[in-house]
Amino acid sequence: MSQLLEHAERLLERSKGSEEIEIYISTGQDTEVRAYGGAVENLTTASSSGIGIRVLRDGAGGAQVGTAWTGSLDDEAVNDALAQARDNVRFASEDEFIAFARPDGVEAVTLSLRDESVSTTPLDDKIALAIELERRVRGGDSRIRQVDSANYSDYLAEAAIASSTGIRASYARSGAFLSVEAIASDGVDDQTGWGLSVGRAPGELDLDVAANDAISRATRMLGAVKPSSMKCTAVFDPRTAASLLAIIGGALSGDAVVRGRSFFANRVGEMVASPLFSLLDDPTDPRHFQASSHDGEGLACRRNVLIERGQLKGFVYDTYAARRAGTASTGSALRGGIAGSPSAGCRALQLMPGDEDQATILKNVGDGVYVESLMGVHSGVNPISGDFSVGVTGRMIRDGQFAEPVRELTVASTLQRMLLDLCHVGNDLEWLPGSAVGQTLAIDGIAVSGS
Amino acid sequence: MQKEVLERTIDVALSGGGEFAEVFVEDRSMSSAVLDQRRVEQLSSGRDRGAGIRVVIGETTGFAHTADLSEKGLRDAARAAAGVAREGGGGVREIALGDLRRHDSLAEIEPGDVDKAKKIELMFQADDVARSEGSSISQVQVALGDSTRRFVVANSEGVFASDHQVRTRFNVSCVATGDTGMQTGYRPIAATKGFEFLDPSAIEEAARGAARQAITKLDARPSPSGDMPVVLASGTGGILFHEACGHGLEADAILKQASVYAGKVGQQVASPLVTLVDDGTVKGEWGYLAIDDEGHESSRNVLIENGVLTDYMWDFLRARKEGRLASANGRRQSYQHLPMVRMTNTYLLEGESDAEEIVAQTAYGVYVAQLGGGQVNTATGDFVFGMTAAFLIENGKITAPLRDCNLIGNGPEILQRVDAVAKDFSMMPGTCGKDGQQVPVGCGQATMRLTSITVGGAAT
Repeated sequence: MSQLLEHAERLLERSKGSEEIEIYISTGQDTEVRAYGGAVENLTTASSSGIGIRVLRDGAGGAQVGTAWTGSLDDEAVNDALAQARDNVRFASEDEFIAFARPDGVEAVTLSLRDESVSTTPLDDKIALAIELERRVRGGDSRIRQVDSANYSDYLAEAAIASSTGIRASYARSGAFLSVEAIASDGVDDQTGWGLSVGRAPGELDLDVAANDAISRATRMLGAVKPSSMKCTAVFDPRTAASLLAIIGGALSGDAVVRGRSFFANRVGEMVASPLFSLLDDPTDPRHFQASSHDGEGLACRRNVLIERGQLKGFVYDTYAARRAGTASTGSALRGGIAGSPSAGCRALQLMPGDEDQATILKNVGDGVYVESLMGVHSGVNPISGDFSVGVTGRMIRDGQFAEPVRELTVASTLQRMLLDLCHVGNDLEWLPGSAVGQTLAIDGIAVSGS
Repeated sequence: MQKEVLERTIDVALSGGGEFAEVFVEDRSMSSAVLDQRRVEQLSSGRDRGAGIRVVIGETTGFAHTADLSEKGLRDAARAAAGVAREGGGGVREIALGDLRRHDSLAEIEPGDVDKAKKIELMFQADDVARSEGSSISQVQVALGDSTRRFVVANSEGVFASDHQVRTRFNVSCVATGDTGMQTGYRPIAATKGFEFLDPSAIEEAARGAARQAITKLDARPSPSGDMPVVLASGTGGILFHEACGHGLEADAILKQASVYAGKVGQQVASPLVTLVDDGTVKGEWGYLAIDDEGHESSRNVLIENGVLTDYMWDFLRARKEGRLASANGRRQSYQHLPMVRMTNTYLLEGESDAEEIVAQTAYGVYVAQLGGGQVNTATGDFVFGMTAAFLIENGKITAPLRDCNLIGNGPEILQRVDAVAKDFSMMPGTCGKDGQQVPVGCGQATMRLTSITVGGAAT
């Protein structure tokens, strides 16, 4: 048993009377290096830890739950938090669907997501990576006039959950990242490009991948024009397609469904998407950066099929949403750190790959717009109504080939329409750090707003 | 926190050769509750205490933070932060701090002194009002949160100041359901004040506004697509300036030549109707500060005057580098974050026009009643902002409601296209994200018009 889980288990002993308690502990170590001008601009090293406590009491009309958290493991802070959680319980509504998770017999997969080399790699080597990243971007193309941030960062994190309902879970993970933003100039016009390399340890990072991506994205945008407004097919590159899937995933949360905040509610069994669209959430796939053995309530993560050949199959649930929907948890509780309450959500979305590579998709689309970056996803996408409008940079597609770069345009439709209008799914999987895997997607009937 | 402990910690932080060291000690408490479909849930309280220590040597900043506020904990963090001083051997410097410059909160009623039952009563009141607006309201969620943030900041140049910030927010989100599907309405109210700020009439107005917005949008048609005149209603339109130029006027982007506004002080960058101010001193506003997170008294800074760029926003580090005064724009999300150049309350000064006349004099276009947020690329100037309540303007009249969409433009071009500013100034609260750090900000402006901007709707 991990030390953290032992600690969580010991804290369970503080429960009083018939109350149930749940303890979530997390600890982490972070390093962040930003290089600028061949030297370190910022270097951050830190460790942090904290506890989230939930207290539950059963009443005649259902259970009540109260929450408190503290960014410290010391005893006094934990006792204060426990007292606060108890006080909060008194004011919560009785709700027949509230319950803590209970062991459900599903065995957690064993995943190896923590690489100790994150802590054993000397700081100087990490610094060297950030400095070298900046150097390669600056030196990679004469049109790069500035690199305003070249970063190396990593973390080691561990969490444990124990509850008086029998949950005992602990898990650990690590991550390492290179990210860089380049500004290219042709003397008239400035454009930016952002490059990234991710892994579980510094040794898995690829400087050239990050550097070349940033250089190529920035330089190929030079001379970008604002296109005319039109209706056309939009081809989303793997990165932007992953953002799109993450938005769709939000509407597939059982929590949004039971609260009347999802346009997928009451539509299980219906064709909600093109037959090309088969979506699953599978945190047990270790290739996924957000893979996890356990969910935010300590249940085993599992593979959940959400949409199969266009047909809506189901949603992801945590314990609360599942009880309210009359079903069982799918092991999909997400938890936003110590301060967050568990809530159902997708963690590792994957679209079943199609059989075309990107070049074939472009050829088949013929004419359209290729979307390479999104702006204003939080301000222009309404996941409840489905209205979708985002700022974009990218390139025009003419005769199946990339043509001139474009900027200052939006692409718009509704999420409901876009799922049905999906016309090509790429086989070019790109494992990205967010909650979804990327691959090229083409969608018809998109309104492009420009001049 | 004892002064002597802070002094000794700064001494340790400088012992590796640092030129500047700072200790930021913070104690933050917050509580929140949600009323969702008349169920009181997610009642949560939290507290986080810790210190962030930074050391500057040349162009390099070392930073470490700790939740251990014992002298040993601070000393360890100071050594970690000083670890960037690779050359070492800076000798011994002893720092002596003067008297603490203390600042008190504006709250009349501290969050901790409020009966939770009273808070819940207000949430139910909002729910009642929202539901009474119409039977199509299918979902109401009300959220209430407050936070108390006390901090002390001390540095090797003698800054020794403390602040006590109390903030209270109340949001109402509604969903209306009809034949066309679901639509949403949202109203936030928020202030750097205590519980006294949540008066029943403000809550009623927010609840009514959120419900009406959702109901109205059930009849909304897809927004138009392409360039057209846009009138922004008083208040949320301030987001336009936050994105179109606010971020681009932050000194970190300027000094790295990563902003389209670099090198343009003294130049006409906007229509003569544009006078833009960033002002942390507006008492009680969401972006109000007595001091910034580097210990400097907040101030009112004119950024653009009658269209001419007058100055950028500065934090202490960048101002020091340029040998000028900071503008008290150094802010951090918490002790776990490095301070950065951030906005406070950013607003456009009132003009001379009449709000109704501005609409009446617009033959065709879009009237934006509420904006929801935005994003900018400071290096290219391209930005978006999203409308969450909007209508068509036809023949000088506000007509059909429109569905949500983004508007897109280029900052320096759009600033030139402000052709009318009215006298009905108001402000709105918002949360600004930059490099992963969130801070509360205010935005404000009076009703105004852009001669043309690209509306990113789905209609063709």
